[in-house]
Amino acid sequence: MNPWIVTHLWLIPAVPLAASLLILAFANSRRRTGAAIAIIGQLAAFTLAVIAFLPTLAEPGWRAVHNITWFTFGEHALRIGWVLDPLAAAMLLMITFVGLWIFIFSIGYMADDKNFTRFFAYLSFFSAAMLGVVIANSLLLLFVCWELVGLASYLLIGFWIHKPSAAAAAKKAFITTRIGDLGLFLGMLWLYSGSGTLLFYDDGNGCLEKAGLLALGAGATFVALLIFSGAVGKSGQFPLHVWLPDAMEGPTPVSALIHAATMVAAGVFLVARVYPLFSLGEIDGVTPSLLVVVWIGVITALMASLIALAQSDIKRILAYSTVSQLGLMMVSLGVGGVAAGIMHLLAHGFFKALLFLGSGSIIHGCHQEQDIRKMGGLRRAMPVTFVTYAIGMMTLSGVPLFFSGAWSKEDILHATLHWSRSPVPHYLMMAGVVLTALYMTRQMIYVFFGGPREASAQAHESPSVMAAPLIVLAVCSIGLGIVLTPAWPWLHDYLTGQATHFDMGQLIQPMLFVSFALVAAGIGLGFLFYRQAGAVDPLGRTLPALFRFLENKMWLDQLYASTVVAGSAMLSRASDWMDRFVWDGLVRGVGGLGQLFGIFSTNVDERGINAGVDESATGTRGLGRFMSGWHSGQVQTYMGAVAVGMLALLLLYAWLA
Amino acid sequence: MTPTLSLFLIISAALFSIGLLAALSRRHAIFILIGIEMMLAAANLNFVAFWRFGPQPQSPTGVMVAIFSIAIAAAEAAVGLALVIAVYRHYRTTNVDKLNQLKG
Amino acid sequence: MAGLITALILLPIAGALFVGVARQNYARGIALSFNALTAIMAFVLWRNFDPAITGLQLVERHAWIPAIGAEYLVGIDGLSLLLVFLTSLIFPFAFFAQGAGRGFCALMLLMQAGLYGTFTAQNFVLWFLFYEMSLIPAFLLIKIWGGENRDRAATKFFVYTFLGSVAMLLAFLGIYFARGTFDFAKLAELGRTGLLTGNMAWLAFAGIFLGLAVKVPLFPFHTWLPDAYESAPVGVSMVLTGVLSKMGVYGFIRLLLPLFPREIQILGPWLLGLAVCSIVLASLAAWAQTDLKRMVAYLSINHLGYCMLGLFAVTAPVARPLPEMQAALSGVVMQIFNHGITAAALFYYVGLLEQRRRARGLNDFGGLMQRAPLLCGWMSVAMFSSLGLPGLNGFIGEFLIFKGSFALAPWPTAVATLGLLFTAIVFLRAMQALFSGPLAPSCSALPDLQRSEKWIVVPVTLLMFALGIAPQFIFNIFNTTVIQMTRLFA
Repeated sequence: MNPWIVTHLWLIPAVPLAASLLILAFANSRRRTGAAIAIIGQLAAFTLAVIAFLPTLAEPGWRAVHNITWFTFGEHALRIGWVLDPLAAAMLLMITFVGLWIFIFSIGYMADDKNFTRFFAYLSFFSAAMLGVVIANSLLLLFVCWELVGLASYLLIGFWIHKPSAAAAAKKAFITTRIGDLGLFLGMLWLYSGSGTLLFYDDGNGCLEKAGLLALGAGATFVALLIFSGAVGKSGQFPLHVWLPDAMEGPTPVSALIHAATMVAAGVFLVARVYPLFSLGEIDGVTPSLLVVVWIGVITALMASLIALAQSDIKRILAYSTVSQLGLMMVSLGVGGVAAGIMHLLAHGFFKALLFLGSGSIIHGCHQEQDIRKMGGLRRAMPVTFVTYAIGMMTLSGVPLFFSGAWSKEDILHATLHWSRSPVPHYLMMAGVVLTALYMTRQMIYVFFGGPREASAQAHESPSVMAAPLIVLAVCSIGLGIVLTPAWPWLHDYLTGQATHFDMGQLIQPMLFVSFALVAAGIGLGFLFYRQAGAVDPLGRTLPALFRFLENKMWLDQLYASTVVAGSAMLSRASDWMDRFVWDGLVRGVGGLGQLFGIFSTNVDERGINAGVDESATGTRGLGRFMSGWHSGQVQTYMGAVAVGMLALLLLYAWLA
Repeated sequence: MTPTLSLFLIISAALFSIGLLAALSRRHAIFILIGIEMMLAAANLNFVAFWRFGPQPQSPTGVMVAIFSIAIAAAEAAVGLALVIAVYRHYRTTNVDKLNQLKG
Repeated sequence: MAGLITALILLPIAGALFVGVARQNYARGIALSFNALTAIMAFVLWRNFDPAITGLQLVERHAWIPAIGAEYLVGIDGLSLLLVFLTSLIFPFAFFAQGAGRGFCALMLLMQAGLYGTFTAQNFVLWFLFYEMSLIPAFLLIKIWGGENRDRAATKFFVYTFLGSVAMLLAFLGIYFARGTFDFAKLAELGRTGLLTGNMAWLAFAGIFLGLAVKVPLFPFHTWLPDAYESAPVGVSMVLTGVLSKMGVYGFIRLLLPLFPREIQILGPWLLGLAVCSIVLASLAAWAQTDLKRMVAYLSINHLGYCMLGLFAVTAPVARPLPEMQAALSGVVMQIFNHGITAAALFYYVGLLEQRRRARGLNDFGGLMQRAPLLCGWMSVAMFSSLGLPGLNGFIGEFLIFKGSFALAPWPTAVATLGLLFTAIVFLRAMQALFSGPLAPSCSALPDLQRSEKWIVVPVTLLMFALGIAPQFIFNIFNTTVIQMTRLFA
């Protein structure tokens, strides 16, 4: 007997969805009501998430599903359903909790916006779609919510729709992710035709269970890769990462909720959810599809952290940091550390939301200025923001012992170390840790240290409605660490379905020192390097070519614009041209032939048939005229003719006789 | 000299020719009428001659035809004369050269 | 209940007569009230229809011209009923979209009668009569009330489709002389073992294929469509794309597939290729358009391409697993219905924009979201529905088509997914140009949705949501028919 919440798990996304519709329908002009509905909806979702979380604690690896028929086509039922397991429950908690605080933060951040209520409606809608992704027990339902998440992201990135750059970024995000989604769509079709079901778990008949995987066979690699391409799009992995930094055109709470904490994590979540497809037929934990995951993750993580070094927009730095952290999670999944990846995903959800909200607070305080080179010395003007941001920064960098990010990162490094195929990802990820610490230090120094620059002179601390979420999230970023430590790896075991034991001896491991050294190196280097940072970036001064390369995001945008985008635009023009001139030309050619025949036929008519009739008429008339000449009216002439005729007849008679 | 068919036919032909000549050459309508009457007379003569020298000279068929023909000729002459008079009244001439209203 | 279908067909004709003698101002009102009557009639039809029964229902059969095998034979199955519903939905929508005079309304009603007839007739002669009966009013409507280039477009439309009809007529005459019947059911029965043999079969196939492919239209017989849709008045464009184009697909399902299964199977890869070309090239061409109507027209070709893909996938392969065939065919039928609604709605919105701004180029607008948020919002729903966003009606049909086709013909289907991408690009580009950015000066006085327009927009949009979220009620109508058809092909 399943707990009540399993059959009613759909309520979790349904409540925010209802809130969103309510706001759109009835509270368009009532700002307070609108925000209240959204927050109550989110609060209700959080409460339900907690209720859903409780049964999963009962025994390790507990899982319950509830499947229903969506519709019947022909003789077949298309079934969807929802699943409650540790993965879903943890994600539900994180999303509803972080989302709740971001909602609250938005009250302050969006206070002056004239489409305030619409913003909350979109946020609630997003929340609903995201929760739908998490609870889905069917790839189809997941895909549906996945696309709705994309729509919500589109709406929110382009929220300031009067800004052309926002509209362009929204379009770019939707289209870039849709490229990945095509892969996901195809993968879903393949999975459906291969295993005959899209349900993940269905009493042993689901596509992730034995029977389904067996039916799928060798196709699993391709299915996994196609599904992964969806994850690549959504999670901003190379080569489809280009939309994510541009997505920072949206309001900052959006960046925090969607493009840091939740939506972009959906790709990682998806891979974790369908992990059996990836690991089918593994040898030493390696399959072709997992190899691809690892290397894509490695490339993404390194590339993004390098680019982050040379950005000057505070949100863009965080965006690239997000991309690189997502890469890190992918690596972790790829090398077999599913739990480590999800742990980092959860921790990342908290601290990246914190960082984004902090940056929102900074931007709010600096009157919508986003360029870190124009800030400085904010630690005095914005103390709360400074402290919370510093906590976020240290969590992200992975400062050991006190911060949750450190433990999850360490777990990932562990996982890469034990990968059977190659040690390279391990070392590259260690380099990534140094780079992360480096660019975060750079950002901290630019924003909070030194003297005030043009934008930070008039800076002020944000109102408490914005400060409170910062504090809460900062506390969580630290507090979450408790369940992540190797001494008591509760979350890890919760996710992998094992019982947890407390063992203080596990706390101190060699990796702890390694990561301590790495982080210290990164932060130390940062301080040394950026201490005297001015208008010109120190890296730009020492290595101008590299700096420009990174500052321009490795020219990938330009590369895409001149190849893929220009190419497909050219294809479209070619297609239009073909349509106008070739296909329609053929039609017009046939029509022209018809017209030619018409002209020919007219000519035959007029010159041939008509003229013949005319001619013979004229001839007859001429003959008549000639003959009428004989009719002199002289009776005697006639008689003479008669006489001659008679004579001729006589002669003829005589001759014949 | 015994009368033979040829003799009559020659006389008839001569008569016809004279009539024809008259009808064709004279300009006065009355003379043309007279010419026509002469041709009719030649034809009558032929009737009688063919009858007389034909296989059945007993029954008076040839004479009967000739008499009919003469009757018709009389009627025709009467009509012709009446026409001539009407024409003369209308055109004040009987010269057929002037009477070319039928010219095509 | 005999006579129901006949009554349904006759009602619009009676309406046309009424409109013909009524006052100019009352024309639209009368047309709409007759549409209300036909809607009631369609509802009654549905009440009397038993979805569990296979085969035709509510059949009416009368001798007509026995000498040429023509019977008055009408009847419905699930597919026919669905299309009757679609017709009954789109026509009132089109009448609402456009201020219309007497002649316009009368011709539209005639066309409606023709469409009802086309979707219910079960004898070729009768079917063809109705088929042409809908074509001629369409020609006149474009020719008389059309926009720029209407003469050319109308002539092209008429001559092109008429040529196709002639080819089809000849093909059917050939079939009649060989097999002696015009009855669809009998022909389908004969088709299972080969309707004709040798060259005759190919000729007849080519004739029917041409006629239907032009009507749908299938690449490369599509070039009449952008011109016609662009020049036609809004209401007519809605009907053209919403219902008339479905006649072609209907013909494919009802005639070509049952009659020539062997020929289609032999040509399968080529036909699939044409369908894929329809999908990809049309969506690419739509991307290059700046005229909104032309853009929607090209996307219409693209969406009907999905239908064709599903249909050819059902018949093309040698091995035919039943579930996949049912998925594809259900998807096609669903797509017919959904595309009818969505495309008509898109044309309706383009009409609203054109009516407000007297222009319909992409670059004639800008920043509308600031001036007319409701219009933009509701229009976006239609656009997202058209690009296949889950939760809206477009997705269901497309998903099922792709699901079925992928199993039956993986490669063409994989290529066809590009169409989904390009469609998204087209619509997002349009939304960017129309709705976002600073408010264009020319649009500064553009009014938002009026109350009367809301009354039309809201039900249609709700229908889109309903179809996207809980489509079972539509499936119930045609499931039995689809099962029967797939059994026939398998």
